[in-house]
Amino acid sequence: MFHQARHDERTVFELSSPGRRGLKVPAAWGKCPDVPENLRRDDPPELPEMSVREVVRHYVVLSQMNYGVDSGIYPLGSCTMKFNPKLGEAMAASDHVMSHHPHEAPTFVQGNLAIMHELAAMLACISGTDVVTLQPAAGAHAEFLGAKIIDAFHRGNGDERDEMLVPDTAHGTNPASSAMAGFKVVEIPSGPDGQVDIDALRAAVGSRTAGLMLTNPNTLGIYEERIGAIAGIVHDAGGLLYYDGANLNALIGQATPGDMGFDIVHFNLHKTFSTPHGGGGPGAGAIGVKSFLKEYLPAPLVVQSGDEYALSYDIPKSVGRVRQHHGNFAVMVRAYAYLLSLGSEIGDVSYRAVVNSNYLMTLLKDEFEVPFITKTPHRMHEFVVSCEKIRGDTGVTALDIARRLLDYGVHAPTVYFPQVVKEALMIEPTETEEPEMLEAFADILIRVKQECYDDPDMVKGAPYNTARRKLDLYKATKTPVISWMMRER
Amino acid sequence: MPNSRSDRDLSHMLERLDFDDPFHVVHPSHRRACTGLGRPLTEFETRRRVESLLSRNRRICSFKGGGVYDHYVPAHVAEIAGRNEFYTSYTPYQPEVSQGLLQTLFEYQSMMAEIVGMPVVNASMYDWSTALGESALMCNRVTGRTDMLVPASLSPQRREVLSTYASSARINVRYVPVDDATGQIRAESVAELISDDTAGVYLENPNYYGIFEGEAPDIVELAHKHGARAVVGVDPLACGVIKPPGAYGADIVVGEAAHLGNPVNFGGPLLGVFAVKDDRALLRTTPGRLIGLTEDADGVPGYVMTLQTREQHIRRQRATSNICTNEALCAVACAAYLASLGKRGFVELARVLMANAAYAATAIDAVDGFDAPVHDGIHFREFVVRSRIPWNEVESCLNENGITGGIPVDDDRSLFCITDKHTRDDIDRLCSVLGGI
Repeated sequence: MFHQARHDERTVFELSSPGRRGLKVPAAWGKCPDVPENLRRDDPPELPEMSVREVVRHYVVLSQMNYGVDSGIYPLGSCTMKFNPKLGEAMAASDHVMSHHPHEAPTFVQGNLAIMHELAAMLACISGTDVVTLQPAAGAHAEFLGAKIIDAFHRGNGDERDEMLVPDTAHGTNPASSAMAGFKVVEIPSGPDGQVDIDALRAAVGSRTAGLMLTNPNTLGIYEERIGAIAGIVHDAGGLLYYDGANLNALIGQATPGDMGFDIVHFNLHKTFSTPHGGGGPGAGAIGVKSFLKEYLPAPLVVQSGDEYALSYDIPKSVGRVRQHHGNFAVMVRAYAYLLSLGSEIGDVSYRAVVNSNYLMTLLKDEFEVPFITKTPHRMHEFVVSCEKIRGDTGVTALDIARRLLDYGVHAPTVYFPQVVKEALMIEPTETEEPEMLEAFADILIRVKQECYDDPDMVKGAPYNTARRKLDLYKATKTPVISWMMRER
Repeated sequence: MPNSRSDRDLSHMLERLDFDDPFHVVHPSHRRACTGLGRPLTEFETRRRVESLLSRNRRICSFKGGGVYDHYVPAHVAEIAGRNEFYTSYTPYQPEVSQGLLQTLFEYQSMMAEIVGMPVVNASMYDWSTALGESALMCNRVTGRTDMLVPASLSPQRREVLSTYASSARINVRYVPVDDATGQIRAESVAELISDDTAGVYLENPNYYGIFEGEAPDIVELAHKHGARAVVGVDPLACGVIKPPGAYGADIVVGEAAHLGNPVNFGGPLLGVFAVKDDRALLRTTPGRLIGLTEDADGVPGYVMTLQTREQHIRRQRATSNICTNEALCAVACAAYLASLGKRGFVELARVLMANAAYAATAIDAVDGFDAPVHDGIHFREFVVRSRIPWNEVESCLNENGITGGIPVDDDRSLFCITDKHTRDDIDRLCSVLGGI
């Protein structure tokens, strides 16, 4: 049986001991100037006082209470929690990666620019787009940039278009990013086959349609087979097509969004391209566009001339920067190493991801309801099961089941998403799990289902074997304690 | 076709599946193998290829800052952030198995809260500029007003990012003029621009030129008097010597903390700070992840992501921000760094940087043909240098000697920065090269 380490580790504030210290500070070369009295800080910030040994032990103890991909299967749907090759970490730890200031002139950072240039070219090839910017820091950040580009394109044509179409299965970031870019969000329902309802789309498009943000395959793991028609409808109405790359792991190296008619494609380097998720970040976004949109990209772009690389700021219609500097360079290096190691065999990744996902679904489909499976039997890199019947029969919810899974030493799938499925468990095994692990995971899920019927209260009380038992989310919201300062008050 | 795994695994699975081609649902005209990526490389070949490209970078002694500071990262801090339990995890959606990360992020939030004097710090934004952009959107949301006043000294990149964020919300960004002699903004200049349309007033302390804004408390008060929100941008380290923005009434604090435990990485990832005061209206509309304390079913303290109904995965287009992936691992490193630096070390480091920057400015000023600092104000760790000849000529001479100067401000001025990696020899060498021009 799985047992996660369980420490009653106090906070650094409680571990603090007056006068103790960790790091030595370099010497001053002269006197520190006086700070004007109205600005002077009288009491130092109440940071803990600890030795380096204490700090190391504290965070090692805490890390033991954390589950990562290196701990076990992490089938969090739409998050692509695949193995992070260790070479990427080794490369990112190079002094050359870590120590150059982003304002250095290109002549000093030719290596960095070369990597960015080659990575951008590889991403363009994979996506079927013409120009790639690596500036966005994350997927949602890329979506915001994409929506800004769509807005700028229409304005540039003297066209006022204020509606962004977003399917009801879309990731939450799609409508949120559209709204941040100033658009009104128009939701497109899914049809009975779990794909975009073409009639509803036809009814929704018009002279106010700026574009459609689409994930393909969608968050049900279903490939939008009518993508050709969808692209036609949106383009005919004068709108642009945005590809949410969160699910690109399903298609990489096998099919290209650009060929499907997408005008803008985003990439999550931390999903598809194996860079670690870092406990929530840093990731890196990137955007590829068809050549007619390149004049809207943020500056600078890395350009090559002979064997030299330079930064081009000559983008007169640019929507403007979405962040400072060049993007998350340390993440790009890892993605670049990943792509070099796979090369033209990159298609193996999606091939394996889709086989793994369908294999796992096959092991589960007699036990769990798989919405839309009658009309659309095939899934891509992920699939969704519904625990609605289990809830009706036993009162146990999808979240209860997710928590119980933790007791067996596996991470839970994404729960309650997409919102079109009741009591959803969204499962993405990724290509990096072996068949035995998929079989073991299926066995665990089926066993937990049985437990729901045998002893629902036990399941509702889960988890039991984790660092903490079920945590009280309501209490955290009702009286928020966001810092030690708030706790002390 | 896949050959990276044993075909046995694959045929074992395919036997149970009713398709031969996993992509049969994709229209043939959309199928395309990616043949342009070259031959797959072994791990060693990949390493050699990456290293050979990186070796085209040139090592230099640099004096560039502007929000990105090349500080020393202690070995144990890198090792903590390199714990694979941390870095191979994701956003802690299942808190019961993610307590390590959650407590660490809570400690980051808590230590940063002590530093900036604000009780609520989120678990990170992408960088300072996007934190600033989000703060403008937030001022607009909570006041329903449209103008954002910002200092004209704002860094060009931050200015551009703010404009990108603000334009979609139809926020007008208005620039408060900077006093040429002091490099600071005056409360009276703010007073001339402030109105009933002002959603927020933003200032930086220290500002882009490295100077403390002497009238910061007055400007914050002025903002409040007009019903606007006050936003203050900081290098958190400066709060070791000056009053934290929370102490003079700031509503929102933004800034950059990557240098506290993280390498510069050519400018990314960075660690955007976002803090608000304990005000219900602000708290409920804050962007980003917030880690909160609670307890488990046995009454044991534990940590969770809280107030999630603000966020995109629940609220969709009505979310307070679209941010999902953030810079959590940089916050982990920052927590380990701050705990190691501690209460005394933090203040000492701030004072050392301030003293060393003053030393460097005085030394440069003593070189014929150069003035430093250009502005008459109290500087933290950066200062503007003016040259009698065009700065690009100065830069060429420096480059020939393995030095790169500051960030150009205009034709004859450059913004210099001191970090804990500079030595007095670096300054002496810089001055000797400048003296030879």
